[in-house]
Amino acid sequence: MPRAKIPRKSTNIDMTAMCDVAFLLLSFFILATKFKPPEALTVVTPSSVSSKIAPDANVVLVTMDKDGKVYLSVSDKNTGEKQSIIDEINTAKNLGLSDAEKANFVRNPAYFVGVPFTQLKSYLGKAQDQLKGLNLPGIPVKDSTNNEMIDWIRAAVGAFQGTKMNLLVKGDDAAKYPSFQGLVIAFKKNDQLKFQMVTSPVPAPAGSELWKVQQATGNKSAE
Amino acid sequence: MDTSGGGGHKKGPGVKKAKKLSTRVDLTPMVDLGFLLITFFIFTTTMSQPTAMKLFLPKDTDKPDEQNKLKESAALTVMPAKNNQVYYYEGLDPTKIQSSNFKAIRDVILDKKRRTDAKDFMVIIKCTQDATYKNTVDILDEMKIDDIHRFALVDITPDEYKIVQLTEAANGIK
Repeated sequence: MPRAKIPRKSTNIDMTAMCDVAFLLLSFFILATKFKPPEALTVVTPSSVSSKIAPDANVVLVTMDKDGKVYLSVSDKNTGEKQSIIDEINTAKNLGLSDAEKANFVRNPAYFVGVPFTQLKSYLGKAQDQLKGLNLPGIPVKDSTNNEMIDWIRAAVGAFQGTKMNLLVKGDDAAKYPSFQGLVIAFKKNDQLKFQMVTSPVPAPAGSELWKVQQATGNKSAE
Repeated sequence: MDTSGGGGHKKGPGVKKAKKLSTRVDLTPMVDLGFLLITFFIFTTTMSQPTAMKLFLPKDTDKPDEQNKLKESAALTVMPAKNNQVYYYEGLDPTKIQSSNFKAIRDVILDKKRRTDAKDFMVIIKCTQDATYKNTVDILDEMKIDDIHRFALVDITPDEYKIVQLTEAANGIK
């Protein structure tokens, strides 16, 4: 009896299609990724149940590091506002900044403000490669008689006249309360009663009031 | 007539048989590389954008008619302090201080909320100097979790701070 012939199939598969898919996905992910700019300050933000995405335009960001030191930066695109902030501070505090020093602040995001007014000139006059590893003292806020943040926020409010300014506070978990209190005082003094705190999102704990609300409205699952 | 010119070849003498090269390339390593890169990008990408928590501050005012009236029975004061401890007291008498922590404070707040009239109930947050920023955000978050609409962030008075410190000393918290 003749044996049934089993056709010998090749084990080679055509990989072209799979290769196409792989690289299509790869190019998608590369193009869709927005790289985080390297941050000079590492801040571990506290978590909250808030699900609102932090704004990224017209931002005045106040960063508070783990030692409670406070820094100020303005989003890179708002060069016009940055220029008027630094001009305002320069004239109000008689700092005598040169145009090059002002331009450093306006054009280069590496020069965020982290020094008292007295050191601002020498700080902005530094070359960029000198900035790394520099131990900045932060803007004084804790002392109620010398809260320089009040002046910075006032300058920022003036610069953002007409546009909506997003006041953001990005604080580190370990920062102590007095720094935050100093910030709140500075905001209040300038009638900036609305601000936002950058947090990392966590879901509402199961069984809590907010969780029940979310369940009822169905806008967010608990899982 | 011999036209074949000897040998078994059909072609003429001296003509070597050209080896037919396949145009197919083994794509397996390329696929491997592709997926390796994909996994790398997926793992290194942080998908979540940071969220923001909104806080509205009340305007400071000296005029008594603009100030919020607060019923003594409806007030709950919470004071985050060092070592993630929370102290709280009901009403307006700071000597009735009780200690708690961030896990237990939810029940305290909800219990008080249940016992008081919703429109009068108010939580007063007084962070001590020893509280961290995380504690501050946590307690504000707690307001959101417990669905409390009336709360205020107030500076602690020196007397209250002293009481907190005494309680801390009594509980052996350094």
